[in-house]
Amino acid sequence: MAAPKIIVVGGGLAGLAAVIKIAEAGGNVDLFSIVPVKRSHSVCAQGGINAAKNLKGEGDTTWKHFDDTIYGGDFLANQTPVKAMCEAAPGIIDLLDRMGVPFNRTPEGLLDFRRFGGTLYHRTAFAGATTGQQLLYALDEQVRRYEAEGRVRKFEGWEFLSAVLDSEGVARGISAMDLRTMELTTFPADAIIIATGGIGAIFGKSTNSVVCTGSAQSALYQQGAWYANGEFIQVHPTSIPGEDKLRLMSESARGEGGRVWVPRTPGDKREARSIPETERWYFLEEWYPKYGNLVPRDVATRAIHKVVYEHGLGIDGQPMVYLDLTHIDRATLNRKLEGILEIYEKFVGDDPRDVPMKIFPGMHYTMGGLWVDFNQMTNIPGVFAAGEAEYQYHGANRLGANSLVSCIFGGFVSGPNAMAYAKSLKAAQGDGGHAQELARQRELNQQLLSSKGKENPFRIWRELGDTMTKNVTVIRHNKNIAETEAKIVELMERYRNIDLSDRSQWANTSFAFTRQLWNMLQISRVVAQGARLRDESRGAHYKPDFPERNDEKFLKTTKASFDAAANEPRFSFEDVDIQHIPPRPRRYDAAS
Amino acid sequence: MAEKVIQIEIKRQSGPDAPATWEKFEIPWKPGMNVISVMREIAANPVNANGQDTTPIVYDSNCLEEICGSCAMVINGKARMACSALVDKLEQPIRVQPLTKFPVVRDLSVDRSVLFENLKAVKAWVPVDGTYDLGSGPRVFPQQQEVAYPLSNCISCCCCMEVCPQFNDATGFVGAATIAQVKLFNSHPTGKVLKEDRLRALAGDGGVQECGYAQNCVQVCPKQLPLTEAISDVTRDVTLQVAKDFLRA
Repeated sequence: MAAPKIIVVGGGLAGLAAVIKIAEAGGNVDLFSIVPVKRSHSVCAQGGINAAKNLKGEGDTTWKHFDDTIYGGDFLANQTPVKAMCEAAPGIIDLLDRMGVPFNRTPEGLLDFRRFGGTLYHRTAFAGATTGQQLLYALDEQVRRYEAEGRVRKFEGWEFLSAVLDSEGVARGISAMDLRTMELTTFPADAIIIATGGIGAIFGKSTNSVVCTGSAQSALYQQGAWYANGEFIQVHPTSIPGEDKLRLMSESARGEGGRVWVPRTPGDKREARSIPETERWYFLEEWYPKYGNLVPRDVATRAIHKVVYEHGLGIDGQPMVYLDLTHIDRATLNRKLEGILEIYEKFVGDDPRDVPMKIFPGMHYTMGGLWVDFNQMTNIPGVFAAGEAEYQYHGANRLGANSLVSCIFGGFVSGPNAMAYAKSLKAAQGDGGHAQELARQRELNQQLLSSKGKENPFRIWRELGDTMTKNVTVIRHNKNIAETEAKIVELMERYRNIDLSDRSQWANTSFAFTRQLWNMLQISRVVAQGARLRDESRGAHYKPDFPERNDEKFLKTTKASFDAAANEPRFSFEDVDIQHIPPRPRRYDAAS
Repeated sequence: MAEKVIQIEIKRQSGPDAPATWEKFEIPWKPGMNVISVMREIAANPVNANGQDTTPIVYDSNCLEEICGSCAMVINGKARMACSALVDKLEQPIRVQPLTKFPVVRDLSVDRSVLFENLKAVKAWVPVDGTYDLGSGPRVFPQQQEVAYPLSNCISCCCCMEVCPQFNDATGFVGAATIAQVKLFNSHPTGKVLKEDRLRALAGDGGVQECGYAQNCVQVCPKQLPLTEAISDVTRDVTLQVAKDFLRA
């Protein structure tokens, strides 16, 4: 029998991890990516990767990592896969180390670890403040090695459009568009793995990269895949507001001792450094004495919101607070944080070694995603998902430095499972649905190209981002979410009157974007409606009208499925696996 | 007060073989804009300075924080990343054109796959036995890490190749980025097992000998890689390798 053919979509950490496992097991892989895989969004991860290696004599264990992750996620994550991830994490760090990741070291030449949010242990391995970049490169290099051996074929500059499903709804390949020739093609495969990252673009500005539109996940959802926990969106407490995007200021800045504060006097005009200690309010340290500046992200984000909007203490009356590193010596800062300090310096113009940084919360991470079983397979047979594109490891809030480990772990699980599935797959009837899917995609392209309306896709996108950011991020009210839902429906109507302004069939990026935009609108509805339905507060999802967690009603995974006839989502709820750790109240302010 | 306007001129080309033309735009100024956000404004309102309808600019971009290496272009004569090119620090009219040493795909988008092919040719990887759990990696002292880490920061933007006088079809020179990766992997405790292969790949035509020591690469690198140092270290190793191979033969 011929070796199974697997298609991996997305060349970030999760996708590359899956590719490596498949190639190693003798499978053949076609790897699809919009951008050259070395430019994937994983490069943006900064602070580090968690694993309970216990190299600091603190008695850290994989169980404690597991408990911190479940507790940090407010008990919404299924516990069995999270437990497996935390147990695998130390081995993953060792592997990355063997692959040559230049992790920071102790004087004895061992891996160094730093602290991160939501834990009291030094559990985060790091390579300066560009850990994601270093990890991605290490996997990229291994994949290049397999590519040189002929086990992997890369399709860079191709965009996934849909799965090819046979008459029984089983995946038989994908349809994709060549982003240069704009040609549509279907590719056969025995199984496909979707590793296409987060959906930041639906919020307009976020810390995500340009390609993180959620278009692939949305396309699959519209083909029948369930989308789980869409309403759980992480707003990172410390980002640098910008005109084109929000740039992340890593949690490692606080992990290395950075302190968040505001002047105690509203509208204090003095220069930050001249404000005496007694006139500064270190509100995180005051409210959360045990964790201090290293509370989980949802907690820090709400605290900053409160200080700015309820106490009226934003710097200079603006929605910003200080993140201060100036008490740490320059050599230490350069050794451990140089990458992120450079970003601030380049984009803001101040040196954060001398001047406290001005930061504000920004949309950062998609906890929800494609629903998968414990083998990483979606409800569409043969479609697997891994990394930020799926929902399974972070519950209602992701802990810092858990994303990199979940990406690699998810890739390592999905690759071999896709191989096992492919080996037992029966041959397809007829052409497996390829001709029909190609015709459907051609029709979609043709509709867009012949549309002669007045609507500019980029302006529709801005309006989508504005309404999603305003009503479906940190503070959620049902009335406002309903407004956003109505707005999305309006934008979908207007989309039907789109004016492409560029109808050429060569490297037409705005055409590709306009196709993504429809999928963004569809997935935005899942996020907004999921948020409206969940009348409780849990992790990153906070409703002032329902401030408590309600386990009786909502200790459930939200599952959205697409009703094609009505062109809208339908929701159901699924029990959460809580067999290892019984849910307990999540209180970071308590002294215990 | 009249609205503040940004003057920008962009070199456009509808395809690899199409003629290039410059198109002017006047874009409303906002605080904190970079060249990317100017191009986004054009996409949202594709009208040029003459008031004619036009098409959105085609360009490569992804992370917008100078870590993915996508958006390299020539801005006011300098090869650099468009995301970190802040409008307020640029002389106007801002003149933007694609990198000149790489085939244009369309407008500002170019094909830089040559770098990835070069990385394949020099085996820029650590040949691990497998991905199963084999225990911890080799010990690496902080002093070694501090040499490796800056080299590993290369974002493959290809600016160093763009500004290198020797990087052209006549020499076939691989360019500084690839040479720096050879130094990185040759210094890794496991990666150095392929050291001889890598050095041989850089001997002969297109290899280290093509470097003319113009030192443009090190000046333009947005990540401040110690490129000239890497070139001289690798050149020395290549020379030794060639001599060794000669004596063996």
